[in-house]
Amino acid sequence: MNIVVCIKQVPGTSEVNIDPETGNLLRSGIDSKMNPYDLFALETALRIKERKGGLIKVITMGPLHARDVIKEAYMMGADEGYLLSDKVFAGSDVLATSYTLSQGINKIKPFDLIICGKQTTDGDTAQVGPETAEFLNIPHIANVLNILKIRDNELIVEMDMPNTVEIAKINIPCLLTVDKDIYDPRLPSFLKKISTRDKKIEIFNFKDLRDKNKKKYGLDGSPTQVEKVFPPKVDKNKEKWTGDSRDLGEKIAKELKNLKFI
Amino acid sequence: MKVLEKTYKKINKDDIDFLKSIVGKDNVSQGEDIHEDFCHDELSSISHMPDVLVKIENTEQVSKIIKYSFNNNIPIVPRGSGTGLVGGAVAIYGGILMDMTKMNKIIELDEGNLTLTVEPGALLMDIAEYVEEYDLFYAPNPGEKSATIGGNISTNAGGMRALKYGVTRDHILGLEIVLPNGEILNLGGKVVKNTTGYSLIDLICGSEGTLAVVTKAILKLMPLPKKSLSLLVPFPNLDTAIGTVPEMLKSRITPTAIEFMERKVLESAEEYLGKKIPDNSDAAAYLLLTFDGNSSHAIEKEYEKAARVCIDNGAFDAYIVDTEERKETVWSARNTLLEAVKASTTEMDECDVVLPRTNITKFINYLEKIQEEVGTRIRSFGHAGDGNLHVYVLRDNLDEETWHKKLDKAFDLMYKKSLELEGLVSGEHGIGYAKKKFLINQYGKTYIDILKNIKNVFDPKNILNPGKIF
Repeated sequence: MNIVVCIKQVPGTSEVNIDPETGNLLRSGIDSKMNPYDLFALETALRIKERKGGLIKVITMGPLHARDVIKEAYMMGADEGYLLSDKVFAGSDVLATSYTLSQGINKIKPFDLIICGKQTTDGDTAQVGPETAEFLNIPHIANVLNILKIRDNELIVEMDMPNTVEIAKINIPCLLTVDKDIYDPRLPSFLKKISTRDKKIEIFNFKDLRDKNKKKYGLDGSPTQVEKVFPPKVDKNKEKWTGDSRDLGEKIAKELKNLKFI
Repeated sequence: MKVLEKTYKKINKDDIDFLKSIVGKDNVSQGEDIHEDFCHDELSSISHMPDVLVKIENTEQVSKIIKYSFNNNIPIVPRGSGTGLVGGAVAIYGGILMDMTKMNKIIELDEGNLTLTVEPGALLMDIAEYVEEYDLFYAPNPGEKSATIGGNISTNAGGMRALKYGVTRDHILGLEIVLPNGEILNLGGKVVKNTTGYSLIDLICGSEGTLAVVTKAILKLMPLPKKSLSLLVPFPNLDTAIGTVPEMLKSRITPTAIEFMERKVLESAEEYLGKKIPDNSDAAAYLLLTFDGNSSHAIEKEYEKAARVCIDNGAFDAYIVDTEERKETVWSARNTLLEAVKASTTEMDECDVVLPRTNITKFINYLEKIQEEVGTRIRSFGHAGDGNLHVYVLRDNLDEETWHKKLDKAFDLMYKKSLELEGLVSGEHGIGYAKKKFLINQYGKTYIDILKNIKNVFDPKNILNPGKIF
């Protein structure tokens, strides 16, 4: 089975600063990492490959240093890596990103399955996967909790709906976005790091894509206008309770319910 | 536990009234009002109720109460969070138990001198969180983060960064102590070097509350390393894993930590956490290495060198644990090992010998023999990098009598072997009450006499945490 996994490089920490004038994330000087949700997507692909064989291609869009996440995917077991990188792609919103990815994926055909993480930790929209599938004109299911069956021409999966878990059948080729914890992502391997140190990463620029209409890419192709970006408010209130363990247990349970944690 | 024969004055109403006049009636409890937790520490084998529990709020209270105890011949024991493992903070003669946890203020951060002045009840986790805000860190890192700094000073706690940064004793610059006669004394200060006579700080640190009560400490801080990374290294067996450690040291690699974990111990942690370590190899043992520094490049160079040494010595691979999520997955398992082993049995006791690093493998192999010979489950993990092992003998379904018989036998064999392999009785948990016998076996009369004489100089009436160490 040929599987494409979409991955993204995101800031390595949640404590990022925002440029007060432009509203952009200040990325210089901070570490980057693979979007944690994409690790579940890659792990899902690796497990399928272990059972069914095939080839795993990872694709990402970003500046040249986004190659690091492809190298990381190699350290986990991906077979081929592709980077979409061009100034034309800068400032893409969900729509432009999905379109660019679909153009990139069209260049690395054939594929049976595309797997994406549920969302990213920086954008958090959870829409790039499904929109990419729409551009590619293939069926898609989001929030997949489990892959129950893999057949030659279809998959049977469990998907998480707001109040229910539904079992669905989907034809191949298709796109899935997988939920957190579908499988425990493996750790990057030092041996693979060494063996893939010089492994090729193919870079696609704007000129390499079939659709050369610049209005579909980057800022020009992005109907979303972000008015303001700001870090979330962090609430660090601490309370100390003392007393009998039984009373404290009840008090904690009550408070957790109040706070809607349980 | 049987009350020991030793004559001290029994607490009476006058004593209680005195204590109430010093700390207020709400801070004094007696009899059934004392929670059962205060009669033991983290391991419940050493157990005795104090006659009175006093919650302390400041140095003057310590001074007045300790002076009163001295004059009236009442045993008195200082206690932090009670997370010890050798009965050090248990009032085995009854008397007064001084709960120091209310004295938990962080008094002063001095960025010019890189020091933090704290009260003894401050918790390790609170200290770590406080200084991290300023890009600083207090290097000792014992697994039990809810321990107090006072308790750490008393046992000279070590922890998981000892290999690179040393132990508590290396990070205490000054102390305020109260002597058994009530006198308040200041030792050291905000100075980095100190050859001003005998180092009483070093003596107090590790004295397990038998010489004086620590009421304030000046801690040495260091700039917080900006980056850190761990390697989880799977090995076919524990021998190969631990045998790699001296090779690593020979290669001049200095990780902050080298921990070892056996698969079967890790499985308890996985069960306890309901989460698996992401490794499908056939590993029977792991080394967990940590590196810190200020640049990713420098750390990468160091960890790659270490990974090669591991693979050259038989490791299946070396997994890179580089992000917050990956660290959480792996370290939460490591930090849960003690709780997990504890949850897997009915009762346990611990041996924390420290050995020359070239001899750890021999000791670990011997544990298998003890397990067979004695017929108890034995589980171990610990700091392979600094030679400090944590070996747990588990009671499981044994009846009281058989358990004690088997435990004694297992311990006798372990400490005998440790002695043979040039090890010492305790790496970081101290001697307390539980390991006295083994300390006495290790050292001859002269050594013990020196300890006794030192105790006598500080505490001629033997009122301060009596019955501990020797």
